Amino acid sequence: MNDSQPVRLGERTSRFDAAAKVCGAEHYAIDHYPEGFVWAGARRAGVAHGLLRSVETAAAERIPGVLRVLTARDVPGTNRYGIIHKDTPVLADTKVRHAGDAVALVVAETKEAMQQALAALVVVIDPLPPVCTVDAALAPDAPLVHEGRAEGNVLVHAVIEKGNAAAAFAACAAVVETTFHTPVQAHAFLETENGLARSNEDGTLEMIVSTQAPFRDRFEISHALGIPFDRIVITAPYLGGGFGGKDGATVQCLLALAAVSVPGRWIKMVWDREENLLAGYKRHGARLEYRAGALGDGTLHALECRLYYDTGAYAHLGGEVLGLGMEHAAGPYRIGNAHIEGWCVYTNNPVAGAMRAFGVCQVSFAFEQIMELLAEKLGMDPLAFRLKNALLKGDVNAASVRLTTSTGIVECLRKIGKHPLWLNREAWKAAAPRHKKRGIGLAAVWNAMGYGKNVRDSAIAKIALGEDGGFIVTNGVADMGQGNASTFAQIAAALLGQNAGRMRVIQPDTVSALPSGSSSAGRTTYAYGNALVKACEELKHRMINRAGLILFVDDDRDLRLVPGAVEHAPSGRTIPLDRLASFMKPEERISMHHFVTPVVTDLPDTGKGLAYGFPHLFFAYGAHCAAVEIDLLTGIIDVAAYATVTDGGRVLNPALFEQQIEGGVAQGIGYALMEECLAGEGILRTPNLSTYIIPTALDIPSIDTDWVETDETSGPLGMKGVGEIAMNGPLPAIANAVADALGTRICHAPFRPERILAAIRESML
Amino acid sequence: MKISFTLNGAEIRMETAPDRRVVDILREDLGLTGTKEGCGTGECGACTILLDGVTKLSCLMLAAQIDGREITTIEGMAKSGELHPLQEAFVESGAVQCGFCTPGMVMAGAALLEQNPAPSDDAIRTALSGNLCRCTGYQKIIDGVKQCCRKEHEKKEPS
Repeated sequence: MNDSQPVRLGERTSRFDAAAKVCGAEHYAIDHYPEGFVWAGARRAGVAHGLLRSVETAAAERIPGVLRVLTARDVPGTNRYGIIHKDTPVLADTKVRHAGDAVALVVAETKEAMQQALAALVVVIDPLPPVCTVDAALAPDAPLVHEGRAEGNVLVHAVIEKGNAAAAFAACAAVVETTFHTPVQAHAFLETENGLARSNEDGTLEMIVSTQAPFRDRFEISHALGIPFDRIVITAPYLGGGFGGKDGATVQCLLALAAVSVPGRWIKMVWDREENLLAGYKRHGARLEYRAGALGDGTLHALECRLYYDTGAYAHLGGEVLGLGMEHAAGPYRIGNAHIEGWCVYTNNPVAGAMRAFGVCQVSFAFEQIMELLAEKLGMDPLAFRLKNALLKGDVNAASVRLTTSTGIVECLRKIGKHPLWLNREAWKAAAPRHKKRGIGLAAVWNAMGYGKNVRDSAIAKIALGEDGGFIVTNGVADMGQGNASTFAQIAAALLGQNAGRMRVIQPDTVSALPSGSSSAGRTTYAYGNALVKACEELKHRMINRAGLILFVDDDRDLRLVPGAVEHAPSGRTIPLDRLASFMKPEERISMHHFVTPVVTDLPDTGKGLAYGFPHLFFAYGAHCAAVEIDLLTGIIDVAAYATVTDGGRVLNPALFEQQIEGGVAQGIGYALMEECLAGEGILRTPNLSTYIIPTALDIPSIDTDWVETDETSGPLGMKGVGEIAMNGPLPAIANAVADALGTRICHAPFRPERILAAIRESML
Repeated sequence: MKISFTLNGAEIRMETAPDRRVVDILREDLGLTGTKEGCGTGECGACTILLDGVTKLSCLMLAAQIDGREITTIEGMAKSGELHPLQEAFVESGAVQCGFCTPGMVMAGAALLEQNPAPSDDAIRTALSGNLCRCTGYQKIIDGVKQCCRKEHEKKEPS
């Protein structure tokens, strides 16, 4: 980056955080080893469902170096946390509901002593029959995961209704019906869940945590342990990945409990990879039953679907994940009649929660294959069929929401239709080598941005002019790797006419920063960025005003910010920013502003059962094209090439935009081809990275990233969030490419070789 | 046991348990937290270091194995304030997102370029295939390695 020039928006610039990270100098939560720290670790249940009879601690307590052994009896407060439903115990008390439940907590001087003590605990659990599938959970006589619930194992049951779907099928020229299955996916961020906590003499609880939501964490800890939230100070350094898996308490309550039990010492907790895969949050596995119909002229006309999401042992955001799935179940298409019904159910499987493309990538798999099947039945070109039905601004979507914000799916589809991968598909397929077949598949996807209705989505930005004439942005939303902190610096520098070297971003802590919500839902840069734009404008206004006073200028309009100074344009006179700062009082050098993301005001009369986060006003859109080559002898799928076109509003920095899209595609390819958390009777069979496989550099093709620039007029400088959209495309695009290659459709993901071989054998019968 | 080794050019002598993991020696005992741990079982590559110039996983190595050897960690890649050319290329090509895999990637990439200054795409992908990245989709990391090769080549043969 040329540091003498002011930063501009829309330009490809390097990330502000890259230099420290590339040197290994950035300190993540896991890199803190304060003087005299001790270790905390949890004993996991190891049984999916059972009554917790006793935890005998005596032997563990006798191990030299062990400071405390804690069980549910030692938990002050409610011993329950959860973002919406407070159903998760810090330490299991009466029951264990999944194999990763924590049943005891050990604090010890060394890691070795901690590990010995965890092994020395005697945990007595009377096993109960585990509820391992959605069907088992919904059976009339199913054992209850949470005892005493009138709704049984159903966490949320909801319906979205538009028109009259049941009656509308009669008019359809083509009707298709298929059931789809999507796997449980792990976030597999490289920095596992971890943090540090210390309980101080003044009653404060200090924490450094790898977290996407430091402000909300305080409330979780407060509710679970009865500690006043204003005594909890949480710092959220850069995260080594998050993707939703650090949105919601992981180590937080356990660490806080350890800290108040062993006051005065820094206590460190790090989940190892097995603990991460066992006890960490997951993406919901789903079964999706679809029936859809189109009129003879290719108009999508009727949809009936039933969506079943397995939320595992605790609610986390399961109901809201299902809600997003339902809201997106009809795809980015106009459809007159829809009956979308969903169930989110408790089981004794690992806990499912937030993950990039929150509930949406499941239904994307279904609706984009349904579109293909309908096009086939109608004898229409699949791209033309999509274009005919794609949502336009002003249309009403299947959730009965009128689209009043930027809506660029048609432009995305048109652009992908001109991509060489699509245009040259027949020639490429015909050139398949021996024993191989090739296919090309499309997918059109969408993803809501923001929390949605009834979950206030707001941010408060803070920027200051420092004494040295530099600027400090106090970030309020944790940066889990997506680069929002860097984008905040870029936005502020561009609006204030400064170069990169003058900008500094402080990562969130709950004292310096202001509550700005979680790093999630594609809303981070949108919400905080909007607040920051206003804060920068106010600060600029003040700086110009004071500079006018110092420079004896009558008209502020003649003054402008240039790198390092305010300049009087007509005369060329300047005042350096450090000097200007010395003329300003500290309080006027700080500017804060808030922003609340707009929500749907013309509320549809549907979505019964969806209390939080339904519906949404903003959506990102994307069109994807996958080229696959299938080895008929091994069943191995090679994704040979991949192209995307995305509508994310205005692109503030092409480099960061591409990062989000490429990363989302890679996770989507993993989801399509190999990733699946397998649990037999609730016990995880994929406990490490040699059994839970994620893509390496050899598995991901080069990805062509393009975009259409709509103008999201409500967004900061026209942008909207693209953190999630790309995750939705690969599974359906690859599914359609596989169907194109083999002539047979596989509705059960992931497409591991044995599944492909079975399909090849079936197609040859 | 007493061990001595060279770490980023400096002589280190220390008393340690022979079975202490090298990653713990680096991170906890010596404060060099640039070397990351993502799995502890040799699957992710985040803890990659150079041992006598060859990439090794420090989570799978024990103290006794480094006695008398020469270790380079990510902290030793920049020389007198100047980034290693591959580090610079990573910054410029957008290879860094969360950055947790980055130190290991830099070590693996730099070791490749030592052996093969003009690797093919396939050779780059193979060389980096032991290092997992969950953010980038690898494209910009591979671009970074290629950009570094290009720039080094231009330095040697100015046009």
